This record gives sequence, structure tokens and C-alpha cells, in this order.
Amino acid sequence: MTYAETVAGQISDLAAGKYSSEELTRHYLQRIEALKTLNCYITVTSESALAAARRADSARAAGHSLPLLGVPIAHKDIFCTRNELTTAGSRMLYNFAPPYDAMVVDKLEKAGAVMLGKTNMDEFAMGSSNENSFYGPVRNPWDVTRVPGGSSGGSAAAVAAGLCAAATGTDTGGSIRQPAALCGITGLKPTYGRVSRWGMIAFASSLDQAGPMTQTAMDAALMLGIMAGVDPRDSTSIDSPVPDYVSSLETPVSGMTIGICEDFMAEGLDTASEVRIADAIRVFESLGATIKPIRLPHVRYSVPAYYVIAPAEASANLSRYDGVRFGYRCKDPASLEDLYKRSRSEGIGPEVQRRIMVGAFTLSAGFYDAYYRKAQQVRRLISNDFKSAFDQVDFLVGPTSPQPAFRLGEKSDDQVSMYLQDIYTIGASLAGLPALSMPVGLAAGLPVGLQLIGRHLDEARLLGAAHQFQSRTHWHEARPELEIS
Amino acid sequence: MMSDWEVVIGLEIHAQLNTRSKIFSGASTRFGAEPNSQACAIDLGFPGVLPAVNQAVYPKAVAFGLGIGASISHVSAFDRKNYFYPDLPKGYQITQMDRPIVVGGSVEIPLEDGTSREIRITRAHLEEDAGKSLHEDFHGSSGIDLNRAGTPLLEIVSEPDLRSASEAVAYARYIHQLIRYLDVSDGEMAEGSMRCDANVSLRRVGSSELGTRTETKNVNSFRFLERAIDHEISRQRGILESGGVIRQETRLYDPDRDETRPMRSKETAMDYRYFPEPDLLPVEIDDAFIEAVRNSMPELPREKAARFEAQYSIAAADARTLSTDPLLADYFESVAALCGDPAMSVNWVRVELLARLRRDGIEVPALPVSPEQLGALLKRIKDQTISGKVAKDILDALWRGETASVDDYIKIHSLTQVSDASSLEPLVDRIIAGNPKQAEQYRAGKTKLLGFFVGQVMKESGGKANPQQVNEIVRSRLG
Repeated sequence: MTYAETVAGQISDLAAGKYSSEELTRHYLQRIEALKTLNCYITVTSESALAAARRADSARAAGHSLPLLGVPIAHKDIFCTRNELTTAGSRMLYNFAPPYDAMVVDKLEKAGAVMLGKTNMDEFAMGSSNENSFYGPVRNPWDVTRVPGGSSGGSAAAVAAGLCAAATGTDTGGSIRQPAALCGITGLKPTYGRVSRWGMIAFASSLDQAGPMTQTAMDAALMLGIMAGVDPRDSTSIDSPVPDYVSSLETPVSGMTIGICEDFMAEGLDTASEVRIADAIRVFESLGATIKPIRLPHVRYSVPAYYVIAPAEASANLSRYDGVRFGYRCKDPASLEDLYKRSRSEGIGPEVQRRIMVGAFTLSAGFYDAYYRKAQQVRRLISNDFKSAFDQVDFLVGPTSPQPAFRLGEKSDDQVSMYLQDIYTIGASLAGLPALSMPVGLAAGLPVGLQLIGRHLDEARLLGAAHQFQSRTHWHEARPELEIS
Repeated sequence: MMSDWEVVIGLEIHAQLNTRSKIFSGASTRFGAEPNSQACAIDLGFPGVLPAVNQAVYPKAVAFGLGIGASISHVSAFDRKNYFYPDLPKGYQITQMDRPIVVGGSVEIPLEDGTSREIRITRAHLEEDAGKSLHEDFHGSSGIDLNRAGTPLLEIVSEPDLRSASEAVAYARYIHQLIRYLDVSDGEMAEGSMRCDANVSLRRVGSSELGTRTETKNVNSFRFLERAIDHEISRQRGILESGGVIRQETRLYDPDRDETRPMRSKETAMDYRYFPEPDLLPVEIDDAFIEAVRNSMPELPREKAARFEAQYSIAAADARTLSTDPLLADYFESVAALCGDPAMSVNWVRVELLARLRRDGIEVPALPVSPEQLGALLKRIKDQTISGKVAKDILDALWRGETASVDDYIKIHSLTQVSDASSLEPLVDRIIAGNPKQAEQYRAGKTKLLGFFVGQVMKESGGKANPQQVNEIVRSRLG
């Protein structure tokens, strides 16, 4: 049996009765097992997945229909799943099974999707290589000696390796887009507030945003339509109607003005990637778009601003992991202070500890104005840069990451180089804007991602432009060759 | 040498808002439940949960602000205050640091000498309460009860305008009265619904600089507040007069030993690393909202006392006493309307009712006698059906749970006052005849003895004789 690889393909196959959800789910479970050396999943929920698939099949037999009925998907292990292990890639939550579902999980389940399991990630979403997971690094399906990117590396690799039809991810400074680029898939970080953060384990609350990771823009549109929407439990979610993303996919690109962010094409960008990006821009031109160079003068300060704001918020968000009420607790604490210190030192990995310390420092008395307040001012300036840009163009394009997937361990000892992985993605995060990465070719056999950044709440235009591109090209259909054990 | 030092006190009062659910979650705020039975995932600080503000806290904070003549911030915002403590599940408290909802304002507090003083209020802000650490009964460990975690608080911060423990108590009592009036808080101090932190410092009389202050935390009764401050004043005075310096520190009042002592935990040079709470949007309050709250506000104690004084022609002190408690004030007004005699109503409510409340240790809401009953009773004094003496006996019967109406009770027990001369004259004659010596003295000019004869007649009549009538008869018989 040949199964459709995309969500859209599976929706029509399942509706046409070509195969059942149970068969499809079984296929994925077998493939996950066969490719478990990729380490994409922290938890595979085989039993409940098969049960959900069977329920979907009976529902269909009874004449029910739901948008994703019977489609097998995976959730990043940062989304709380009721009574299922939710670790956030940390030892701290090695035994944590929340009594509630994240809003995103709940919505996708209600839409009929079948959860295959929870994907691997950098601990508490802090990292760009997935090497910061307590559960081991994920391997890039295109080259298993290389990283898949991070922090949603498990989701990206799983989609690329065909270990689920689609996956959820979260993006704080690039954690959906960069792994999507490195694994050759489509990943969308929606506008901040477009998708509820309820039940999504917090890293940096003012930046965190959930989004779909898929093989195509069409699939991303299908997923986002379900994930998006206001939620009274998340005060920062946006109360604005959710458009029909699928129907707007056919909007032509011709007549649109696309900005090339010159600040993103500067030195540091890998030459082969630069060529692929330039090729992609020519495709948009051939589709009738006008190209216009754009400057974002403050965007070069985005990495330092981000590495003040995100750790500051993280330092508070991660205070709740104290060994008192849930999660990891050190053995035989001698005192309250000992309980705190050892539980946190033993339960939390080095990169996360580093960021907690940086965050606590930048918020401390005497340093707040020099760091946190200044970073917030920079954030506003960056936001204004984007606003002026969107007076002139409909969306911006540029590279997603400075180079294709790097080798495991290659940047482990160079934090700054690792942080610079996010140099192109952080701007849109700080400005709260929607941004999408899609594959636009290979460089030395590794995928190159193009980033599209749009106006506030203009996800439909990004998805449409990506879909138009994917209708004329085949890069999104390129698959890594994998040896099945 | 007390006179050499001026005492400077500022109070921070934490009032729990009497909303049904918590400030950032839907869990109940009811007092006294089983430990940890009223704490949901949000209160427990579980991973992935988010706070959402209970909208019921806004009208309460605004009403308090209007009640003290403060300005209401059109935009206020929540911040995180970071510190580790087991009863603070998230490791930070959500509070309002930079932009409080209520700014400025003042209250006029009555002083013992009958004058009053204005105390300025710096601010009042919304925040969440912490849980409770239970240090007993856990054999070397501490228990944590998170039922209280997330209970909405309004923290009311005064300027350092108070100059003595008794002023501080008068101020705290005023705030207590106000929050109850405005239905902002139930003010049950024994349950911790209102708690005071006292900032106390001393300075040389005439000095304009403030001395080093200490903060005495979590005092939960007026009596303890007065004792804690007095204790702290004499402690500081002792140190200063022996040439020492006061250490800025947080202290805890121990009512059992009547002393304050430094708190051991978490208070050494804390840096709370405040920053804006990213999970919540700024709070926007427009003029229409403020006006709606203003229009639904009850009459405030100060306004009520002034109205009582003018409307009922009663003494200022009486008006103030009756206005301290909105239920008592309503009670008084009902009684006055029913019996048509405000002066008599003041006397009976202030003296007779309050004495009985104190004697039995009960509160106004639990009064066993309704205003309708008391009004009916006073009406019968006023129309001379019964005497005051008999009325007090009837009040006692009603207090004990007598269910008959006042009029029926008077009838059943034949308590109607005897006013007709034909019944009283023989009684007076009998008393005069029985006391010839006193009658002689009266006739000789010792008219003070009138009271003696009237008293004897009243006693003989079982209190039923009309004292005025008896007065006249005695006077004419002996005249």
C-alpha cells in the first residue's frame, strides 16, 4: 500500500476509503520504530494512537466528518497532553504527565487528528540544534551526522523523514523556521497571539508562539486553520476572526511587491545558500511579483536584544521547577535551600541554566535599565523598521538560516556562533510578525530554507505566496534517502 | 524621654477582595476548606498554564479608589516579583509595581480627642496572595496549603503620616470600615482577610529627615497592631538612646511573647527582579466604567455620619458610632423610622443593643432582635403604653428568642403601664402611709425625697406605673 505523504493527500485518501486511519497509523508507528535512531520522538503513544485511529474510522463509517479525521500527527513535547508524558526535553519533567491538554492539542484532537507521540526538542525550547535535549540529540534525516536544527528539531525531522503527516512546533526566536529550513520542510510561526499558548510550556512568554510544521504550504494552511483563534485562558491571544487559509492559497503573487531585506543578505550567509535564495526570488519574479530592496536598520541589534529579553522571561518562567510539587526532586534534601539548589542543578541542563543566570542578572537591581529596558527599546525600534517596510512591500523574503545543517557537536563549544543561527529569524519574533520557512533547493545535498515575513495577522498572504511557489517548483517534494533498518 | 523623639509610621494593609474565585484562576476563595482542595493547576504553578484576570476585581479596586478620593489609572499593569518560597508556587508573585490601579487619595481619621486628621494614601494595587506554610505537625518537614494562593489582594499603602500606635489603629479601623462598606472585602481579620505591615521609625523632634525604619509584618488584629507598634517604638527608642543604630529589617510580631523579632527567612537583601508580566495585557479602565462604579457605590461612613447628624439632629459622636458599620446604621434608620423618635432610637441602639452584643460576644449580622421588633417596642414607650423599665425586660425576652410580637407580649404579660389616677392614688397613699418619717421630712422641705416615693411606687407596681403620673400624684398628696 502506498500512502499519501501530505495531510491534504491523506484527507482525500481517507475520505475515498483508499485505506483506513488505523492502517495509516500503523504504517507510521512501524516507520517510527524502524527509524528510531533518528531519535525524533521522546514518547510514542502507540496504543492510544491506534485507539484514536479506530475511533476515527468508526466515526467515518457512521457518516461523521471532521477536517483532519484520522490524520496522524505529532506534537512537540512542549505541549501538555493529558495523562501523557510531557517533558519539554528536560530531566526536570522526566515524570510529568499533566492533567490537562494544551489548547492546540485539544483543537487538533477535536478536528479528528490522531496523535502518534511527542517529538524531541531542545530542553525548554532553548537551542538551535536539538543537542540540548536530555533525551539525546535528534539526527537530521538528510545526513544523520548533522543536526536537524532546533528547538523543534524532533518535529522537523519527523515530518522530513515521513514519521508523521504533520507536526506542531513552537517558535520563540526561530525554533519552527530554522529546523524547518535545515530539514527541508515548511514551517510557519504565526503572528504572536494568533494561536493560544494555553498548555504550552513557557520559555519566553512575550515571544513564544505555536505553529504548524508540514511538507507543504497547503498542509500548513489546513493545520493553522484549526490551531488559530482567541482563547479566554490566554489573555495575549488575539480576538480576530480566523480566515479560511486554504481558500486564499490561490491568490496570485502577480502585482505584489516583495521586499528583499539587504541586511539579511550580508556577510556570514553561506554562498551556496545565497544562490538558492536568489533563484527562489527569481521564481517569485517570474510569477509577476515586483522585487524591492529594503533596509531594516535596527535588525542587526535583534540577536543581543533577544538574548536579554528571552532569558529574562525564562528566568521567571522556569522558577516553578523547584522540586516541590512535580517533576524531578533531588535525593534526600537536607534543607529547603538544598532541595531547590540540587533539584534545579540536577534537573536542568547547562544551556538552560546559563540562560536562567543571564536572565536573573539582566533583571537585577542596577542592571535592569542597562539591559532589560534597553532591549525593550530596541525591540520597539525593530518593530518600527518592519512597519515602515510594510508601507512599501507586501512581504519580505530572505534566508532562514546562515547555512544548511551543521554537524553534531560542531558548534557545541561556541555559544555565540550557535546564537547567531537565529540571526535572520529573531527580528520577526521580536516584532511579533508571522514568518514562514520553506525549502528552495539543496546545497551540497542539504536543504536550504527561504524565509517569508508578513504583516501582522497576514498569515494568509504568506501561505498563499508559499503555495504559489510550491505550485511552480518541486523542492518541497524532495525527500531524504533513508536506510530503513 | 519620649518627647525628644517623633514617631513616624506608615501602614501597608493587605485586604483580600471578597470575590468568589481567585484573581487569576477559577478556583474558589472560600475560607477554611481542606488544605489544597481549592487550588487548581494555575494556583499550583503547573507547566504551561496561564493566568487570566478575574474581571470582578476591577470594580472593587475602583470603588476603593473612589472611596478615598484617589485617581484611578486608565492604564495599569501587572508585574512579576521574583523570589523562591514553597508557598509561592510559580516562584514569582503577580503584582502591580510600576503602574498601580489606584494612585493617591486620603482618609480623615477620627482621633481620641474628638478631632480628626488627614492621612494620605500613596497607592493601592492588585496582586495575588501566597499560600500558607504550615510548620506544625509534620515532623521535621513543613506542609504547604495552597488554598490561599491566588486569592485577590488589594495592597493599600499609606504615606508615613501616622504619629502613634493609636493613630495607626484608628487609620486601620477606618480602612477596615471602608472596605466593608464598599463590599470590597469581608475584612475578617481573624481569617487573614485584612493584614497589616507596619513601617516604624523614630526621628528627633524637629528633624525633617526620616529615621531608619523597620517593617513589622502580617499583624492581623487591631490590638496586636497597637502592641506591635508600641513595642517597636520602645525597642527603637532604647537603641537610639543608648547610641545605637537601627537596622533596616523585616520583623515579625509574636503576640504570645508581645515582642517583635527579626524574620529569619528570605529577607536578607532581597532583589525581587521586577519586570512586566508578559502573560497579561495592561489593564484599561475608561471613564464610563469608573462612573458606573461611582453610581453603584453606597454612602460612605463619613457621608452617612454627616447625614445622620443633620437629618436626625443627633450628636456627632453618636452619628459616627452608628456609621461605623453599615448594618448597624441601617438598623438604626429602620428603628428610627418605625418608632418616629430618632433620639430614643440612638439611645437604644447605641446603649442597649451594643451592650448586649458586647456581653454575648456577637456581631451585628447575628443580632437576635430585628429592627421591626425594636421599633415596635420603642413605639410603645413613646405612646406611654409601657415604661422604659418594662421595655428593657421585653428586650431581654426578645433577645432570648421570644417569638410573640411586642404588643402581644405586653398583653399576655399584662405589662401595660398604669396611668389612671384611680388605680395609682390608693397605691401612692399606701406607700406614704408606710413611710411616715420620710413623708415628714419631705413636708419639712426635703423635696429630694420625691424620687424615693416614686421609686417605691414603681417597685410596688412591678414597673407598670406611669412614672410621670406617679410623680404628680405623690407631689399633690404630700404638698
